[in-house]
Amino acid sequence: MSKKIFVCAVMVLAMAASAFGASFKIGATGPLTGGAAIYGMAAMRGAQIAVDEINAMGGIQFELRYEDDTHDAEKAVNAYNALKDWGMQVSMGSVTSKPCEATAAENFADRIFALTPSASSAAVTEGKDNVFQMCFVDPNQGTASAQYIGEKGLAKKVAVIWKNDDVYSKGVYDTFAENAGKFGLEIVSTTTFADGNDTDFSVQLTDAQNKGAELVFLPMYYQPASLILAQAQAMGYAPKWFGIDGMDGILTMEGFDKSLAEGVMLLTPFNADAKDDRTVKFVAEYQKRHGEVPNQFAADGYDCVYAYCQALTQAKADPSEDAESLCPKMIEQFTTMVFNGLTGENVRWSANGEVTKDPKGMVIRNGAYVGLD
Amino acid sequence: MTMRRLINLKRVEARRIYLTYAVVIVAYAVCQVMSSTKFLSSSMRGMLVPICAYMVMAVSLNLVVGVLGELSLGHAGFMSVGAFSGVAAAIIMQKTITYAPLRLAVAMIIAAIFAAIAGFLIGIPVLRLKGDYLAIVTLAFGEIIKSVLNNFYLGMDSGGLHFSMLTDTTRLLKGGRLIIRGPMGISGIQKIATFPAGFILLMISLMIVFNLVNSRSGRAFMAIRDDRIAAESIGLDITKYKMMAFVMSAALAGAAGALFAMNYSTIVANKFDFNTSILILVFVVLGGQGNMLGSIIAAAALTILPEKLRQFSEYRMLLYAVILIVTMLATNNAEIKEFLGRLNPFRRKEEAE
Amino acid sequence: MIFLNFLISGISLGSIYAIIALGYTMVYGIAKMLNFAHGDVIMVGAYVCFYAVSRYGLNPFAGVALAMLVCTVLGMVVERLAYKPLRQAPSLAVLITAIGMSYFLQNTALLLWSSNPKVFPSIIGRGAFKLFDGRLSVSHVTVLTIASCVVIMAVLSLFIGKTRLGKAMRACSEDKGAAQLMGINVNATISLTFAIGSGLAAIAGALLCSAYPTLMPTTGALPGIKAFTAAVFGGIGSIPGAFLGGIMLGVIEIFAKAYISSQLSDAVVFAVLIIVLLVKPAGLLGRMTQEKV
Repeated sequence: MSKKIFVCAVMVLAMAASAFGASFKIGATGPLTGGAAIYGMAAMRGAQIAVDEINAMGGIQFELRYEDDTHDAEKAVNAYNALKDWGMQVSMGSVTSKPCEATAAENFADRIFALTPSASSAAVTEGKDNVFQMCFVDPNQGTASAQYIGEKGLAKKVAVIWKNDDVYSKGVYDTFAENAGKFGLEIVSTTTFADGNDTDFSVQLTDAQNKGAELVFLPMYYQPASLILAQAQAMGYAPKWFGIDGMDGILTMEGFDKSLAEGVMLLTPFNADAKDDRTVKFVAEYQKRHGEVPNQFAADGYDCVYAYCQALTQAKADPSEDAESLCPKMIEQFTTMVFNGLTGENVRWSANGEVTKDPKGMVIRNGAYVGLD
Repeated sequence: MTMRRLINLKRVEARRIYLTYAVVIVAYAVCQVMSSTKFLSSSMRGMLVPICAYMVMAVSLNLVVGVLGELSLGHAGFMSVGAFSGVAAAIIMQKTITYAPLRLAVAMIIAAIFAAIAGFLIGIPVLRLKGDYLAIVTLAFGEIIKSVLNNFYLGMDSGGLHFSMLTDTTRLLKGGRLIIRGPMGISGIQKIATFPAGFILLMISLMIVFNLVNSRSGRAFMAIRDDRIAAESIGLDITKYKMMAFVMSAALAGAAGALFAMNYSTIVANKFDFNTSILILVFVVLGGQGNMLGSIIAAAALTILPEKLRQFSEYRMLLYAVILIVTMLATNNAEIKEFLGRLNPFRRKEEAE
Repeated sequence: MIFLNFLISGISLGSIYAIIALGYTMVYGIAKMLNFAHGDVIMVGAYVCFYAVSRYGLNPFAGVALAMLVCTVLGMVVERLAYKPLRQAPSLAVLITAIGMSYFLQNTALLLWSSNPKVFPSIIGRGAFKLFDGRLSVSHVTVLTIASCVVIMAVLSLFIGKTRLGKAMRACSEDKGAAQLMGINVNATISLTFAIGSGLAAIAGALLCSAYPTLMPTTGALPGIKAFTAAVFGGIGSIPGAFLGGIMLGVIEIFAKAYISSQLSDAVVFAVLIIVLLVKPAGLLGRMTQEKV
């Protein structure tokens, strides 16, 4: 019941804000239905919390609209066009990589500035001056992971299991494989899986075990990773595990046996257990609204809105401006400003749209993240 | 289609064909006018090309499902072959053919050829089977095509074209470009597909299909569909005719795939999966098997429908499913059918004839 | 030893395909329709079981029983509302309606249970039997799944072969018109088929998620297609065929991953399927129907 009242309140607020006509319209697409819905829903909910917080402060006002793209490039362009009809002034691109590549091309052609929360493939920003990322670009994650494992001396012999029909997984794997040698790592086993055969990992794990891998690198999302951890335990294989930001969320799965993830290391920009005020407040609000712990996507969505808030304020932009006139201002702001958010301190962007922030090395101890180092 | 042959057709059939062309041309003209006068929303404008591509897909699948009477669950596989070969061809020709519409046309022809070859190779085993077994084998081929394309790498440099499977071992020279990148598909596609090109492709497809259906071969198709054994017993070479329809259908799907892919900056093999095959099958069944105009209308309606349901936000796909089920129930309900039949003056004349 | 381990993994995976395929093949055998919503009924069954066990602390077997009840009712309602009105319609129309139903169930699940994956509590724990000093291990879930498959197969075969209702089912599958003339209530028989098929789906759901414990609204979709393939592989309509097809498919998938390429395993699986169907056009154990001229 309270949820309903709350939703009504939000709607009234939103309507009130739009009635004054003084709000910036942020449009975004993401998978809200289908197999990838979890990422889109998280980003949307995180962003909505930020919008409500900012609107409640009374200064700059936002109106956020998310359209479903079902994790498909064609539907994403449709959704993007619907947002254009709605009057979107700045865009949050798309949540997942391939759809975002498609919408980013539209953003570029239409001169509508975009800051994607989580579409991390390099092709998203490539050759587009007005498309920026809030998340790490995939190649960087691959290199950073290899560097981290090598420099900390976590292992010499490494196995990789990656998802063979996924842009994100492939993007990270490619640079990891390319740079592993530089940091003294030997990749002894490389195996893959894909949609449709993503349940049984015995072959992949046996291969890693037989080749003597001390560490298994898992560039993938947490759902298949949770299966891998469970099956490895069942077969008595206990290497070190290393994941990337897609692994974040594994601890929040309902019913997940957290002991399986004991000792798993991951590079992630967000930690829902962090004790700083902003994270605590955000996590509490998210839990209150949706009954779940927010993952990295939610935090990225939240940060995007705050980054826009900062950029638009600093640019002294006016809600009556159209997308085309906001675009150069946003490019100028984002290439010069420094942003502090949930997913990183002192965040900067390069002119090609890639973000620079410190990846936080985390390790899971007793069912919670603990900073590595 | 030659004029003489059209005159020789039964009048009903000829009228149906004319009506189909007329509807397509009028719809095209209306959309063009609305689009150029900015009367059409961005949302609708953005869907014009994919709708054309889906219409061609539906028409081509209808040739197999409606006219030949065989269930195919892997039609998206041919679309995929066409999309990848067509886009790759367009990228390779970027320097040699600078006039975009010509490049698009050549790319679509190349796509059609590649898809036709795939159709022929797949047709050899597939057409020995029938019924649900044929259906599952087409599904299997669709999945195989997807899986192979997810592991295929094609690059181009000054030394020519290089390709490899499983891992990228193309070792391109400096300045080379990796065109197809396995699971990452193709990125940075120049969007050269246009609505007029889609319209022309649809018209050509209709001409080819109508020509085929109303020829000697077409009558053979329908004889095979209605009674295979009788058709065989009067000496029809069933495999030959089936193959002809299958290859033609694959070629058109390939061209449609190239058109579709060049409307987006990126494509991946996973786009053309079982769900897409099913979607196209839904167009055909909803529009009526063997009814090309029906396929075209169903393709347009079912592509626009989910977009028009956006206002219902999270209930959107649920409503889509309900509408799909209710439509199938309604169109197969004898009473409603009869009611619609009475409303349709066209059909009554047909019966009177 | 590695070979044997892979064989066991293949059989584990295959037994899951087999138990889903049993439901597919039974409905196909009697009602002659491809019920593409079967995979999604499995998903619903798994969710019901999940909530019963995890949230309300029910005994796992009581949870499965509850899931069976819910799925049986769901199957009958779906059949009554969406498939029965199409009894006289072309088979493709029913196929499309089933696909619509599949979308419907998936999206309802998404609204009801959210997209967040849930980790399914195994209904019999995660233990394993260790053989040869632990070099070979067979998980309890696998043993249970295979045992369930065998029991279900035996019960179904007996039911269809020996009881009056089973006889009615066979009659309907041979010739609906003639069955009707013999005083068999064809509609009720088909409804019964759906009820049984959906009840089996609940068991399949609980076992699928016990073996591979993440549960999402799309959980049933892809295994559903694989199981459909398995059913055809074994000869659709044949109950032992579904079992054999399922096991074979699982073993081929694992061997393809292990000995050919993990990247191309799906392509290999489907290529083997095509070859088998070319040699035996009605599947491994399917009956070739003689065409009447």
